[in-house]
Amino acid sequence: MNQNNDTNLPKQSDLLQQGAAAAWPICLGYIPIGLSLGVLAQQAGLPWWSVAMMSVLVFAGSAQFICVAMLAAGSSIAAIIFTTLIVNLRHTLMSSALAIYLAGVNRKFLTVFSYGITDESFAVNMTQFKNGQWDRWRALVVNHLANSVWILATVTGTLVGQFVPQGAFGIDYALTGMFICLLVFQLQGRIYILTGLLAALISVAWYLLIPGDSYIVGASVCAATLGYLMQRRYRSSK
Amino acid sequence: MTFSDYLFLFGGMGLVTYLPRALPLLYLAHKQLPQWLIDWLSLIPVAVLSALLAPSLFADVTDAADRSFSLGKPEFIVAIPTLIFALKTLSLGGTVLVGMFLYWLANFFY
Repeated sequence: MNQNNDTNLPKQSDLLQQGAAAAWPICLGYIPIGLSLGVLAQQAGLPWWSVAMMSVLVFAGSAQFICVAMLAAGSSIAAIIFTTLIVNLRHTLMSSALAIYLAGVNRKFLTVFSYGITDESFAVNMTQFKNGQWDRWRALVVNHLANSVWILATVTGTLVGQFVPQGAFGIDYALTGMFICLLVFQLQGRIYILTGLLAALISVAWYLLIPGDSYIVGASVCAATLGYLMQRRYRSSK
Repeated sequence: MTFSDYLFLFGGMGLVTYLPRALPLLYLAHKQLPQWLIDWLSLIPVAVLSALLAPSLFADVTDAADRSFSLGKPEFIVAIPTLIFALKTLSLGGTVLVGMFLYWLANFFY
């Protein structure tokens, strides 16, 4: 291996500080969700160490909730794994979009980085990459800080979760607030606003009409494609 | 379930979670992407964010099988001032805190 590939490693304390500054809304949002997952898991009879194992190996909030519910309902292991695959297919989209900013980066880095691609880290990192002033190391810090908080919160939930009051300080709204602001950051031009509105419209309709979680991938692909076609038409008509 | 049952289950879940996250990136990061794909992918973040957010604001879920449209959810009411704050200040941290505070306040009215 050629070690000189990564000589542009920035100073570590800067990395951590800037990564944490970008990641804290995710971490804040993960605390109530992680705690409630832990509580549910404990009620379903999962020991605390199995929740730790799950959060380390899987790190996918919605799939973990579904897993706990399916275990409680006595589903088979194959059914749970298959459902997890379906629920997490949406990350292929996010992984693809990240490739624009991680072009040419060595595969070893990408192998580690991919582990931490979630809805939340994707949203934060894409926004930071787009604004410039961001690099893959800071993005990696965001991924792993979010992951650490998630593991801690879920395990804590199994141990003391039932003593934490529900909805304290509006913390349940942290991720929604974060998504609203990140959405605003993305609205840099008419085509982005239009695509966002289309995605909102399609996702709500899809969500109401079709059970399950396919609305995220379905609406994103439809809206981005429509947006792209409109952009192309607009360009060629000029 | 025993330790090895859990390891098998979570190992399997981990694998099907990891591959969709890793394979596109590992493949596309070392390809020369055509312009149309770059244009399309650059619209994905706004589309994904909107698709994640909108149903949580506009759809009521009474149980898993029953979803209905709603314009009166506290999540949506609170989202309006939160959105205005985000547009005015462009502050991520501020928006999160304002949203949380307003949502906490809204709990007293719902």
